[in-house]
Amino acid sequence: MSTTMTLPAEPGQLTKNALTSDRPTWCPGCGDYSVLASFYKVLEKRQLPHENIVTLAGIGCSSRFPYFVNTHGAHYIHGRAVPFASGVSLARPDLQVFVFGGDGDGFSIGGNHLEHGARKNINLTYVIMDNSVYGMTKKQTSPTSPVGFKTKTDPLGAMDRPVNPIKKLISAGATFVARTHAAQAAHMTQMIERAMDHNGFSVVHVLSDCAEFFPDAFDSVNPRKGGEYKLIEEKKGDQTPEDALRHDITDEAAAYKLADLPFPGLFGVYLQVDRPTKNDLEAGLIESVRGKMAGCSDLEILQQTFDRMK
Amino acid sequence: MTYMTIPATISGGPSIFQVRIGSGEVLSAGDEADFLVAFHQHSYESHIGSLKAGGVLLYDSTNVQPNEDDKRFVNVGIPITSLTIEALGGTAKDKGKNIFVLGLLAAIFNFDAEKLKTLIRERFGRKNASLAETALIAFQAGYAYPVADVLANRYHFEHAEHKGERAYITMDGNQAIAFGLIAAGVRYGAAYPITPWTSVMEILRTEFPKYGGMFVQTEDELAAVSLAIGFSFSGNLAVTGSSGPGISLKTEAIGWASMAEVPLIIVNVQRGGPSTGLPTHVEQSDLYQDIYGGHGDSPRVVLAAASVEDCFYVMLEAARIAKKYSTPVFVLSDSSLSTRIEAFEEPDLKNLMQDLKPDLSPRPAGFKPYPLDKITQHVPPGARMLDGKYPLLTGLEHDEMGHPSGSPALHIQMTAKRRKKIQQLAEELPLPEVHGDAEGDTLLVGWGSTYGPIREAVNRVRQSGGQLSSIHLRHVHPLPNGLDAIFARFRRVLVAELNDEGIYGTGQLATILRARYCDPKIQSLTKTNGLSFLVKEIVNGISK
Repeated sequence: MSTTMTLPAEPGQLTKNALTSDRPTWCPGCGDYSVLASFYKVLEKRQLPHENIVTLAGIGCSSRFPYFVNTHGAHYIHGRAVPFASGVSLARPDLQVFVFGGDGDGFSIGGNHLEHGARKNINLTYVIMDNSVYGMTKKQTSPTSPVGFKTKTDPLGAMDRPVNPIKKLISAGATFVARTHAAQAAHMTQMIERAMDHNGFSVVHVLSDCAEFFPDAFDSVNPRKGGEYKLIEEKKGDQTPEDALRHDITDEAAAYKLADLPFPGLFGVYLQVDRPTKNDLEAGLIESVRGKMAGCSDLEILQQTFDRMK
Repeated sequence: MTYMTIPATISGGPSIFQVRIGSGEVLSAGDEADFLVAFHQHSYESHIGSLKAGGVLLYDSTNVQPNEDDKRFVNVGIPITSLTIEALGGTAKDKGKNIFVLGLLAAIFNFDAEKLKTLIRERFGRKNASLAETALIAFQAGYAYPVADVLANRYHFEHAEHKGERAYITMDGNQAIAFGLIAAGVRYGAAYPITPWTSVMEILRTEFPKYGGMFVQTEDELAAVSLAIGFSFSGNLAVTGSSGPGISLKTEAIGWASMAEVPLIIVNVQRGGPSTGLPTHVEQSDLYQDIYGGHGDSPRVVLAAASVEDCFYVMLEAARIAKKYSTPVFVLSDSSLSTRIEAFEEPDLKNLMQDLKPDLSPRPAGFKPYPLDKITQHVPPGARMLDGKYPLLTGLEHDEMGHPSGSPALHIQMTAKRRKKIQQLAEELPLPEVHGDAEGDTLLVGWGSTYGPIREAVNRVRQSGGQLSSIHLRHVHPLPNGLDAIFARFRRVLVAELNDEGIYGTGQLATILRARYCDPKIQSLTKTNGLSFLVKEIVNGISK
């Protein structure tokens, strides 16, 4: 029997080894492997306190994520990881909350939670690994399956208009919205890191190919398969004529327009705006209410309430 | 004690508000009224049947025409509407006639008029001082009415000496739930509005921030329970609540909490079902839902509050059990308790207040979130694991470290682990006290808000020389051990409850007790008209 000991990661020593947990159950060639590798990279680079990282997920292939990361975490139910994560984030500002999930979890069964998590601007980072197919249940139509894609639930081809994830996120009120592709490790790492640094509801939409059921989904943007990976050029503010043509990531209307390009469109940050988070608003409410309590203990506050009921 | 029914429409409709006042113990809202106030013809017609022979019918002679031939009552006609309009003048029309009647009743019953006026100022003066003035004019007009001309009798209440150490406080059941949660140390929660649960979340939204906590109104019931579970996962025992339809939506997540062994309090303020049912009426028909709701074997704990006072104390017990056994705990209340106002001795907060702050201290090596030989006690995020191995909570069947496993042997062991802790709780539960005779013919068994009427029925039968006993179950799941020994002392066990599972002739708790004890002497008395038990209905039910 192996007696190898995993040494505790002291602050400043958060290594990939310390972050590795179960061996991933994904199929060979699945895009999700590189999302996991990028996540390790971000955590290794940033050296957050190990105990303050929380990895959460709902249901689906990609939602197995927490088993493969050695942090505090939970594997919750289908579509509800965002409200679960909201509770963690709102109660514990000391934590760095990450949610991982797929297109079914985020845009179908959990669509309403995505909408309201974004609207309330809950401080968390949500990585949506979109493969445009239901993989774990073996090839049914997903909310992002293109029209005409043949699945077991649409043998003649999907007929319903797919969700436009970026438009949905922008209109819902997400304050950081980016898109990347699993084959672009450096870009993906950069996007996840920027999302993590954003104070608010930050979403990285990762196109992550399903090797088994939809391997050619994103060939058009994969240089290794003859496609072209086109990046969003962000405004630099350098007053050059070229800069006028670059994308202003604080301009919601421009971001929305950019998201209308034929799928999969461009990669990079579509939107990043500052808006008070629910975390801050609730903390402000608590502070103002507590201010009126004149330093009373919990017992004294409840006692005063009861005194008014006599 | 008060009892109220309202229609489930904002535009209004027929409503009743019932008050029973006494110098001793008031257990139920009473079977028959001594005094009936009828504002409308339909209220006269619907409720004259509940007035005692010799009782007083006070009616608004502007709107109500009582049956002249019915000589059973003391009929007092006062033109309430026109006198209110006359007193208030202007545009107020007849708004305020309820306050006029309050003045009238204050005169008839010798109430403390000054105290009532203070309450009127508090109630109406907060937003608009002129509204309070108008209300006071209406009150004064009623109070000064020469009621002696139409009603010879005057009433007054004996001043009862208060024996307890602490003063009495007055609140409704939903307030008691909210303040019970605060005393229990709960500081986080989430919910979605639904009648009759809503006022609990309204109170908590205002109160929790005072204690440094937070209550979130979510987009739906599924988000509410998920947010609450997230709060609990973060180390802060949380509450969510709803009424039947909302609980139905929460069931998948509650199953997760059972599987992942997360402490959570779920309040169900029941209303009439199924489906949208009777939103503003009382029923105890969610017992199965809360014990069994959801798929798979998902053990949890279900408690039921017996009275407004118990709504407070049951929350302390729910929090204690949720933490100790790391399990979801349901607390059942119902529509009648939610709006009923009761006076009870002020809880001894100094000795009751709990502090549930998360323990973020580093944990020694070898921690297992799901140990097979111990009750699960999770480590909240933020706590350092000294062996570098971080725990995972999951809804998949799992090993002791929380990692997925499909091992048949492990599923047997883990299923047993989740069940055994609930059985262990059953062992520590006290047996309910038998009220009335220790043995005899019939033992009444109740749960929830039927406590008062059942107890009053026992008292009434025994006062008239009969034999009757009752027990009341606060712990409906798991049941305390040893009930069968109590049952053995009676010829018949009659379970009185406000539901009608009915297919096999017994109500929901009766069916559970029959399944548990395989005893055909366990029988059922059910009622499903959307109203609480009358004492006489229970007394009559026994002799059937």
